[in-house]
Amino acid sequence: MSDVLTPVLSANWADDRAWTLPVYAERGGYEALRTAMAMEPADLITLVKDSGLRGRGGAGFPTGMKWSFIPTDNPNPTYLVVNADESEPGTCKDIPLMMANPHVLVEGVIIAARAIQAQRAFIYVRGEVLHVVRRLRAAVREAYEAGYLGPNILGSGMNLDLVVHAGAGAYICGEETALLDSLEGRRGQPRLRPPFPAVAGLYASPTVINNVESIASVPAIVRGGIDWFGSMGTEKSKGFTLYSLSGHVKRPGQYEAPLGITLRQLLDLGGGLRANPDGSSSELKFWTPGGSSTPLLTAEHLDVPLDYEGVGAAGSMLGTKALQVFDQTTSVVRCVLRWTEFYKHESCGKCTPCREGTWWLVQVLRRLDEGQGREGDIELLLDLCDNILGRSFCALGDGATSPITSAIQYFRDEFEAGMHTPSRELFPPAASTLFPQEVTA
Amino acid sequence: MTVDQSGHDVHEAELPVEMVTLTIDDVSVSVPKGTLLIRAAELIGVEIPRFCDHPLLEPVGACRQCLVEVPDAGNGRGFPKPQASCTLEVAEGMVARTHLTSEVATKAQVGTMEFLLINHPLDCPVCDKGGECPLQNQAMSHGRGESRFTETKRTFPKPVPVSAQVLLDRERCVLCARCTRFSEQIAGDPFIALVERGAEQQVGIGPNIDGGDEPFHSYFSGNTIQICPVGALTSADYRFRSRPFDLVSTPAVAEHDSCGAAIRVDHRRGRVMRRLAGDDPEVNEEWITDKDRFAFTWSGGDDRVRTPLVRNAETGELEPASWPAALATAARLLQQVHGSAGVLPGGRLTLEDAYAWSKFARLALGTNDVDFRSRAVGAGEADALAAAVAGVPASVTYRDLERARHVVLVGLEPEDEAGTLFLRLRKAVREHGTKVITVASHRSRGTTKLQARLVQVVPGNEAVALADLELGPDDVLLAGERLGLVPGGLAAAVEATGRSGARFAWVPRRAGDRGAVEAGLLPNLLPAGRPVVDAEARADLAAAWDVNAVPGTVGRDTAAIIAGVADRTLRGLLVGGVEIADLPDPALARAALAAADVVVSLEVRHSEVTAVADIVLPIAPMVEKPGTFVTWDGRRRSFDAVLDEPNSVTDTRVLAGIAEELGRPLGFRTIAGARDDLASLGGWDGTRADLPAVRREPVVPAAGQLVLSTWRQLIDDARGQDGQPEYSATARPPVLRASAATWDAHGVIPGEVATLTAPGRDLRVALPTEVDDLPDGVIWAPGNNGTNLRELGLGHGSAVQVTSGGLA
Repeated sequence: MSDVLTPVLSANWADDRAWTLPVYAERGGYEALRTAMAMEPADLITLVKDSGLRGRGGAGFPTGMKWSFIPTDNPNPTYLVVNADESEPGTCKDIPLMMANPHVLVEGVIIAARAIQAQRAFIYVRGEVLHVVRRLRAAVREAYEAGYLGPNILGSGMNLDLVVHAGAGAYICGEETALLDSLEGRRGQPRLRPPFPAVAGLYASPTVINNVESIASVPAIVRGGIDWFGSMGTEKSKGFTLYSLSGHVKRPGQYEAPLGITLRQLLDLGGGLRANPDGSSSELKFWTPGGSSTPLLTAEHLDVPLDYEGVGAAGSMLGTKALQVFDQTTSVVRCVLRWTEFYKHESCGKCTPCREGTWWLVQVLRRLDEGQGREGDIELLLDLCDNILGRSFCALGDGATSPITSAIQYFRDEFEAGMHTPSRELFPPAASTLFPQEVTA
Repeated sequence: MTVDQSGHDVHEAELPVEMVTLTIDDVSVSVPKGTLLIRAAELIGVEIPRFCDHPLLEPVGACRQCLVEVPDAGNGRGFPKPQASCTLEVAEGMVARTHLTSEVATKAQVGTMEFLLINHPLDCPVCDKGGECPLQNQAMSHGRGESRFTETKRTFPKPVPVSAQVLLDRERCVLCARCTRFSEQIAGDPFIALVERGAEQQVGIGPNIDGGDEPFHSYFSGNTIQICPVGALTSADYRFRSRPFDLVSTPAVAEHDSCGAAIRVDHRRGRVMRRLAGDDPEVNEEWITDKDRFAFTWSGGDDRVRTPLVRNAETGELEPASWPAALATAARLLQQVHGSAGVLPGGRLTLEDAYAWSKFARLALGTNDVDFRSRAVGAGEADALAAAVAGVPASVTYRDLERARHVVLVGLEPEDEAGTLFLRLRKAVREHGTKVITVASHRSRGTTKLQARLVQVVPGNEAVALADLELGPDDVLLAGERLGLVPGGLAAAVEATGRSGARFAWVPRRAGDRGAVEAGLLPNLLPAGRPVVDAEARADLAAAWDVNAVPGTVGRDTAAIIAGVADRTLRGLLVGGVEIADLPDPALARAALAAADVVVSLEVRHSEVTAVADIVLPIAPMVEKPGTFVTWDGRRRSFDAVLDEPNSVTDTRVLAGIAEELGRPLGFRTIAGARDDLASLGGWDGTRADLPAVRREPVVPAAGQLVLSTWRQLIDDARGQDGQPEYSATARPPVLRASAATWDAHGVIPGEVATLTAPGRDLRVALPTEVDDLPDGVIWAPGNNGTNLRELGLGHGSAVQVTSGGLA
């Protein structure tokens, strides 16, 4: 079964001191860089375009196409920004990747910068993960010392400076334009588009913003070629990717596999769902395909191919491939309330529907969680979500509605139970914890 | 080419405008390319509800109230989601549906409105904005009848003073960011910003270096109150004072500078409650200074002169008198000094009143000893005004500033002295790429905000610097009041523009200054640009006035009139609205008033002049009379009386009364009459006064002496700003500025107090010091914050001394 896995980004994670340059180089690290340095920037863009690599941050926009949007006649400098502000509930792929294998990202940055002819690149990391920031900075230092960064890289005449920037811990800064504002030293709030970042991004200059995993996938494509890359995945969703399995599974973790794998296969790899206290295997109740902003799915979706099209056809989104798995002990209402509290806390406040809507949603959900729901609350929730979805300034508001509307779609009876019975009675919280022993004072 | 009513050439860019045709609610409309959908809808009479949108601010798309459905973006494809019409540019063939024809748009708008109201206190009955509130109005027109929200609202302690003048009730705020965008984009004073996130987001002020709060420092802060679409921002002055529906609104013109900003005066039962910015795209757009907005109580205090007063010869006290008795007495006294009376009408008159003063001086008093400049006067200034300003159609408009390549400021600090002009210049710089050059001692905060290039001069050396200035035909030179004080300064500016084809405008400080020049309130100048020395001009005027002759010798200017009265060459003074402390030498002016045989004062309020006058004739303040101000750009800004006060009379009526008693009537008694009389004179197409010789003598400070750079800041201690303590509290704290080397040379540690002394004066000024980029040997001090520097005999370019430490 394990031959389903295609470890590329994660291939060296078990190596001793995998995060150091010599260890990375032992497995062929920075070979792709040398290849890329011999290529014309336009050819690099074509290569990535032809590979079919799509953005791994959630939206799945073709990476090569994004690069090709950079105007060549703009007098301002071009910037490359790596979005490493991984903050979505359930999403946990970039941080382990940068922790274990920072050099693959650095190498990807250099190649991508060559492709778009940027002389300055930034990695915007969420500030809470100081250990990752340190690893990245160490890797960047090593790359400078090796001549992979700085002036005249490998004698090619190309110059590149790479800055690892620590954010201050706001979910909204994962939104690319809010990230740019934050990187410029302002308060992170999404910008009006147009102008799009490709035309006027960082410091009003042409900017490419890519997810960590997207950029980290580039060296492998340069080295392995597009045929090799296209041999994995599906027709429109090519290549390998990191699936993050978490929740009520026996072996949570990062599973690198071709796009299009199913949750059923991944659960097999992860040892299946956890065992009940009586030894029986627990039942899958619901799961998210790509973090809390993607509409949740149920056991009926176990065989949905986990690629951009497959999950979309099932009514959700591939997102960040953060597969949070919940078994029958979990209260959907409580779970959705927790997520909604997160969105309320993280709403940047710029636009009305998201700011005020999440404030209201939480109060209705709390009532339902307490068994104090009122007649019409479910319709109210759905209507509020309808007034937020597609009306907000950015996708944060849209994401906040996804768990609610999908949960009501599949588990309406649980919300109805919220009219009279607290969730803690229907689903005692202790039963769904992964560490079920009572904590005493 | 067309000509607008002010006589300006209207030379709009004749480039063809590319039009775009789209369909909104099934109505086809063509609009210029780049128009926002929300504006295009306005053109067909569809008002889409909005909060964050403001036509003079950059679009932000934050409130999401203006959502519409766009089934076709112009490319055959529609937007899957409702679009914010305030950020969406129209496209050829676009189809848009608003709440009038789209269920989707209606639901989106109603939904957003409901969200906006959930955390709003709905305290309309006690809110200043209630009755004129966009939130209230649009909640009625585009909201649900009843809210479904029964949960807990977000609350805040209230209110937060963001400055002494502007208060913030955070719970009312809908976070549209109009105030913060105004402050950053229009005023350039980003002292308020949105802070926190989610529903806790709020308008905040920053911490200052002392750990306290940094208040909202801006001369334009009041505009945020006016553009706030809810009652979140209120003024400390107007808060809880009145309801909009109790107010009577009258359009008027601001009287504090020469900009002619359109304002709206709201009064209730005979009392002005507040002033708001009017909307005039050619002048002030929708913005005014805080001075224009808040400084209106000066004429409403207890010190108004309510009846004519005649000094009792026996008791020496002023006693109330009837109007006929007072006018007759005034005529009798002035007859005694006929031919030896000086006339100081002040610089705040309307054009009509100024004309009445001018005609009165020539006809009734038979003198050219008249000067509107109740301030220091410069050598050659009056001649330059006669040659290049009087009767000359202005060649620069506000809009021209946006088209200019360079705008050169000489002796002018627009932010302090002409706030409306400052905002337009800032717009020109930000949106049209105009470059500002300031010929000054240093870059002030105002010129810094204009990104001005500094041509650094020691005060007094402006004329020297102008000689080296290369200008082009697309450039504009704006000369301020202080350039007139520099010997030959104005002439040098006129010469510099004439040489290069650039355009010249004189930007005086007071509202009446430009009109006074037109009316001939100068010793060398008759009405409408007629030079006194020109016999033909005098004959022309005498014929129009139906008199044998008008005085033919050039009279005395302000300084000479005062000196003449003091040394008893002159025996009488007719004074209107002049502050003694503003005059070139206040001590000498006081001595002159004491020495004069006759002092007749036309005044609104009791003053130093009325205290010694023989007769005090109360006149109407601006709010109680009609009139016209002539702006720096030559625009005639007429206004009607706001308050109908039957006992309040104009300068014109008073002077006409005295003239009739003297048997030399003016020929009119009313403002309309004065206006017609002036109009019937026509312009002067004869020989103009010669431009005085340009003098370029560099100032070289004597050893141990410093040269003073000074001007009056917008908010200062002038009496026209009395009665508004919250407004006055927003004045910039007075400091002395000089270079580090200058401070060092005088033993002053920057940040500590230093004392300014004038040679031969007892009075001194002690203020905190700051280092600024001034030329060595130059020190800057505010003109009238705490102390009126004129009381020390000090002005622009004066020699001063400075010592470390405060007043002993």
